[in-house]
Amino acid sequence: MLHILPTLLRGAVVTGEVTLGAIVVASVSSSCAVAMRLSGLSALDWPARVYIEVFRGTSALIQLFWAFYALPLVLPFRPTPMTAAIAVLGLNGGAYGAEILRGAILAVPKGQQDAAIALNFSPATRMFRIILPQALPLIIPPLANLFIDMLKNSALAGLVQVTDITFQSQILQESTLRNAEVYGLALIIYFAMALILAGVMRFLERCFKFPLGARV
Amino acid sequence: MTWNWTLVWHILPMILRGTVITVEATVLGMLLALLLGLIWAGLLFLPNRFIFWLVRLIIEFIRDTPLLIQLFFCYYVLPEIGVTIPALVTGITVLGINYSAYTAEVYRAGLQNIPVGQWNAAKALNFTPWQTFIRIIVPQALPPIVPAMGNNLIAMFKDTPLLSTITVMEMLNRAMIIGDKSFHYLEPLTLVGVLFLLMSLLASGLIGITQRKLLVRR
Repeated sequence: MLHILPTLLRGAVVTGEVTLGAIVVASVSSSCAVAMRLSGLSALDWPARVYIEVFRGTSALIQLFWAFYALPLVLPFRPTPMTAAIAVLGLNGGAYGAEILRGAILAVPKGQQDAAIALNFSPATRMFRIILPQALPLIIPPLANLFIDMLKNSALAGLVQVTDITFQSQILQESTLRNAEVYGLALIIYFAMALILAGVMRFLERCFKFPLGARV
Repeated sequence: MTWNWTLVWHILPMILRGTVITVEATVLGMLLALLLGLIWAGLLFLPNRFIFWLVRLIIEFIRDTPLLIQLFFCYYVLPEIGVTIPALVTGITVLGINYSAYTAEVYRAGLQNIPVGQWNAAKALNFTPWQTFIRIIVPQALPPIVPAMGNNLIAMFKDTPLLSTITVMEMLNRAMIIGDKSFHYLEPLTLVGVLFLLMSLLASGLIGITQRKLLVRR
């Protein structure tokens, strides 16, 4: 048990890296997708729709295997397992994030937009100073669920040779054959990481809720 | 590297046999999830604090840990304690238990939407608690939760490729075996991806129709 833990914890660091990397990719891709969808131009709307439907309609594991085994045959170079995993898991999460973001932006009353236009705010000011601050409190709770899903999905990266908790636990299982201990510990580490992530998101939720009632 | 249509037609029947197993796992897994979720939700409504927190902890643990590791855990540990069942059965069981944590949440939301007055009225009419639950509460709680259950079904469908890691011969596993043998990964993996996309688009379309039908009926 004691010699299993350090190896798994080393895996946990990699799991954290993959998850954080994927969250960064997802933030960028979902923001772009939502901007394209809300642009009102069908030339921009359609690619974003296809991106969202394709990534939400297929399984993350298939996307990952596709990027790892099939894509290098098409690309002129071979991405490292880490890059491929972060890119795929990030784009996958981004497709779900885009729907959350879009729903929250559309949930802000139309009058807010009209009032901002009447007050002659520029489109960027309208979005960043009027709409988004009101949409943020709606975004955080579903976003917390999404991030935890992304943490859990990062376990798939171990199947394409990223040395995360999954990968390390498979190696440990083969070398020690202490199945219950290895996978039991792996489950507990994931659970702990999810609890930490949930705690951080609850903190963020409080931070973003505060300015709405207090000072704008 | 170009796209090879001959190969696609050659491997299609093999992949489609995997589709059958994928659908089988989804349907049976969902049935288990629906049943077990209802049990969790029922336990959460009992007045016992200990049971409440225990069930909450179990649900939280299931929801916060990766399905993949849960599969590995059961696949490797069950034989150690003397339970030898086929990998597909292990897979369906783990899928069912995993999603029961989500269906429990949906049931709970559905049940909480029923006004307390319904319980009181049933009590006044001398129904037993069990009769009240089955004859009065469930028929009212069920229709609004159908779409949420449908979404769970699609999510589970998209999680079935994970069963390939415990040797279940579903679509992805077959595609990978074809790839390993022929070194053509592009066609089989793309084929599986497209099949998944088509089936989940079809399923979400059906759920949309059901949702509209239910809304009309109310």
